[in-house]
Amino acid sequence: MLATGVVGVAEDPWIRWDWISRHLDVIGAALIQHIELTVIAVGLGVLIAVPLGLLAWRRRLFRGPVFSLTGILYTIPSLALFSFLIPFTGLTVLTAEIGLVSYTLLILIRNIVIGLDSVPAEVREAARGMGYRRLNQLAQVDFPLAVPAIIAGIRIAAVTTIGLVTVTALIGEGGLGSLILDGLIRDFKTPLVVGTVLSVGLAVVADVSLASLQRVITPWSRGRAVI
Amino acid sequence: MTFIGQVLQWFLDGAHWQGDGGIPHRLSEHIAMSGISLLAAAVIALPIGIILGHVGRGGNLAINISNVGRAVPSFALLVIAVELVGIGAVPAFIALVALGIPPIVTNSYIGMREVDADVLEAARGMGMRGRMVLSRVELPIALPFIMAGIRTSAVNIVATATLAALVAWGGLGRFIVDGLGQQDYPMLYAGAILVAILSLIVEFTLAGVQRMATPAGLRPSKAIQKEERGSLIRRNSGRR
Repeated sequence: MLATGVVGVAEDPWIRWDWISRHLDVIGAALIQHIELTVIAVGLGVLIAVPLGLLAWRRRLFRGPVFSLTGILYTIPSLALFSFLIPFTGLTVLTAEIGLVSYTLLILIRNIVIGLDSVPAEVREAARGMGYRRLNQLAQVDFPLAVPAIIAGIRIAAVTTIGLVTVTALIGEGGLGSLILDGLIRDFKTPLVVGTVLSVGLAVVADVSLASLQRVITPWSRGRAVI
Repeated sequence: MTFIGQVLQWFLDGAHWQGDGGIPHRLSEHIAMSGISLLAAAVIALPIGIILGHVGRGGNLAINISNVGRAVPSFALLVIAVELVGIGAVPAFIALVALGIPPIVTNSYIGMREVDADVLEAARGMGMRGRMVLSRVELPIALPFIMAGIRTSAVNIVATATLAALVAWGGLGRFIVDGLGQQDYPMLYAGAILVAILSLIVEFTLAGVQRMATPAGLRPSKAIQKEERGSLIRRNSGRR
């Protein structure tokens, strides 16, 4: 075991409520930072993924390179990816966000392409027959029909990012990860448990609320499974 | 340019290639730990996924275990293991096995459910019995999915083994964690390069194995492949 975390306490229980009640401000700040880091990462990820996804969908030639590049980014372990950036961007939020955004791209682009690809040919034919021009058809026919798949991608990206944010504790950010790291450094279980439980809870809340958002904005897809 | 030079110099320094802290030893630690953890995860997860898929029960469990696995941060898993058994190789092993199990369970379950009921009917009609149906029909059809699960787990395990340097274990993460701690950026960078290359090799190798694991009858036929190639050339022809 590491050094004892709390002097004078021989037995360290899994949870000490008095520590929690005395550190609510720290816990709250960590939670808020965790949400901020996640929202910025997934938001920027979507902003980058939409044009790249459209490109990969429209121009099949770009599909290979787009998927290879984002696939490589996705495969590189997070700690290594952050390390590549540190000599240039330092121990900053920027380093954390570049890494986190990189991980969302493959998931988001893949689901955008799958979603747009799955629009039935008859529907697109009908839209063309009704006189839709390219951009109008994309905005009013293809894209809305792809929304369930796209949101499914955002759900996976959000849950994955919430987990990865904890690793950014090692480069000075971390959100709830800073509580987990604190638990490790001081060999003190309570912050570890609080950080883990809140992180899992946040992932569940994000997943469930995105799923309900999808049901609300695409009522026609209700009852149809989207993976 | 100077920084790249420093990294290169780090790699060329003979001292970094010798002894317990050298690249060969750290690399072999990383590979051994990842390999043993993957093996243990597969031994636990494959029977669960295959049996659930074969009998067609517990689908919710088999599929949701991956979602739960994604929601639990691997960093937290590692620290929890430390609190349970102390620091060193053992908690690293426990955390890596735990995080390797879900993708294998889910994918092998899905693979088994992919087998068409008509195909099973035909196999039984040809006189195959339970175990034979499993080994000659179901498993070969499920194999590409099973391999996909193993590949996902392997990449996750190799990545998280890097974090295990935090809990006083070795592996390539040692260079990164020590590089961070000592602000030795050439070492940090060298460690990151080694870890990234190892991960990409694992990913590409297992992707190749996954392709080879697809039974010939299930591979896209030559005609379809030709059609795919054709569509690459006459892209945007309104085929979709």
